[in-house]
Amino acid sequence: MKYAILIYETAAQLNRRKTDDADAKAYWDSWNEYSQALIDGGVMAGGAGLQEPHTGTTIRFASGREVHDGPYADTKEQLGGFYLIDVPDLDTALEWAARCPAIGGAVEVRPEIA
Amino acid sequence: MTTGLDPVATAASASCGRLVAFLAARWGDLAAAEDAVGDALLAALERWPEDGVPDRPEAWLMRVAKRRLLDDARRARVRTTAAPLVARLAALRADAPEFHPFPDKRLALLFMCAHPAIDPSLHAPLMLQSILRIDAERIASAFLISPAAMRQRLVRTKRKIRDARLSFELPAEDECGPRVDSVLRAIYATYGAGWDDPHDTRGEGLASEAESLARMVVELRPDEPEALGLLALILFCEGRTRARRSADGTFVPLLEQNPADWDRARIGEAETILRRAASRRRPGRFQLEAAIQSGHCMRVDGHDTPWGSIDAMYRQLVALAPTLGNLCAAAVARSHASGVAEGWRLLESVDAGAARSYQPYWAARAHLLERMGRTQDAGDAYRKAAALTVDQAVQSYLRSRAGSCSR
Repeated sequence: MKYAILIYETAAQLNRRKTDDADAKAYWDSWNEYSQALIDGGVMAGGAGLQEPHTGTTIRFASGREVHDGPYADTKEQLGGFYLIDVPDLDTALEWAARCPAIGGAVEVRPEIA
Repeated sequence: MTTGLDPVATAASASCGRLVAFLAARWGDLAAAEDAVGDALLAALERWPEDGVPDRPEAWLMRVAKRRLLDDARRARVRTTAAPLVARLAALRADAPEFHPFPDKRLALLFMCAHPAIDPSLHAPLMLQSILRIDAERIASAFLISPAAMRQRLVRTKRKIRDARLSFELPAEDECGPRVDSVLRAIYATYGAGWDDPHDTRGEGLASEAESLARMVVELRPDEPEALGLLALILFCEGRTRARRSADGTFVPLLEQNPADWDRARIGEAETILRRAASRRRPGRFQLEAAIQSGHCMRVDGHDTPWGSIDAMYRQLVALAPTLGNLCAAAVARSHASGVAEGWRLLESVDAGAARSYQPYWAARAHLLERMGRTQDAGDAYRKAAALTVDQAVQSYLRSRAGSCSR
């Protein structure tokens, strides 16, 4: 069964990407290492890191098509990327999701439509 | 006079497990007993602040819970005239209403929670819920399971307990042995779930719940050496909990902890209990694990860590329980007792495929590689370990070690 791990990062975490010092490297390293762990564990089925929320554009279909600047929801944590993993059950998916380096943020785990 | 809340909370922790165990045994239905005791507590929460706490809170709660069970039964009887129900009603009525103190059925309930007909992964959650009254949400997050799934599994299990009529009586002595083992393993799993979160940031407090369960088993079966062993093991580890984090929250590995930060009283109690276990002359896995921790705790009296005997105990432990965790720890102990090359050889014998996503394996590898001077490989292994770690303090610790290796 495939599960999406949707990663909601805090502004502080997302800001770490922008600098060019050791901290930005540490930030990216932690994600690369996590990705590698998913690959080595034989569960990686896809995913992508996303650019910052301000690069998002939203189309709302409430009445016709309204194009808005910015992310869909203006919340404290923002979608920073996602993984797709292929594991036997939700428990295993949660075990992998819990290791994700989204310090201070949150992850949502959702099964694909079977 | 204090408000009604505190006495209710006290009564809850002190007697709810006992009330549930007693009523479930009488009634043959764990879920119904839990609901009835829950209702009685709600009633207490409403009444006690106004009427004052009764002289015997436990008897009061028992009376209300029983009335609730009887009311439900009367309603159910309209629909069915099942004979077992009549028998249950008779059993419940046979007790004098002010029956006090009522017999302690918690040990029997603990044993039932570890029944082989129940999925082993639910033994610990079932014990935590039925005896310690911990709610499903808290249990779920400790075992990294979604709350809805945990609730559903517990409900399904309790239905099976009722419908398949699992016995609420203590198993016969010849069946007790393996069942004690399951009970202790579930407590061990509970402690493990708590150990991963030493400062209890998730608010589950499972380490102390495991300690109370272990104490309960020892209190009820004082001659069971493995129960004593498990309690000693938990106390040794709890005695060091404070020292596992520095003041600023940084992870401090065992060998770098300052024994002055350890809890001498706890460690002393653990020693006494472990000696009691050893005097029964029936060694086992938990006694060995406790003895290993006892060795580590010798630093509290200014002794060096006795690596030779720790290594010898790991040999026995691995023979009894060749789990990945024990194998990795044994390799590290060997490296301190007989040199890093010997430890490495032991670690290399671990099935790397099975250990591929196992954090302690990568942490042990990193530690040994670093001491062998293979800093590049050590750095890689530290990073792998970090990527497999849930605890964020441990994650940062491993990353900083990786950083100092690649410098």
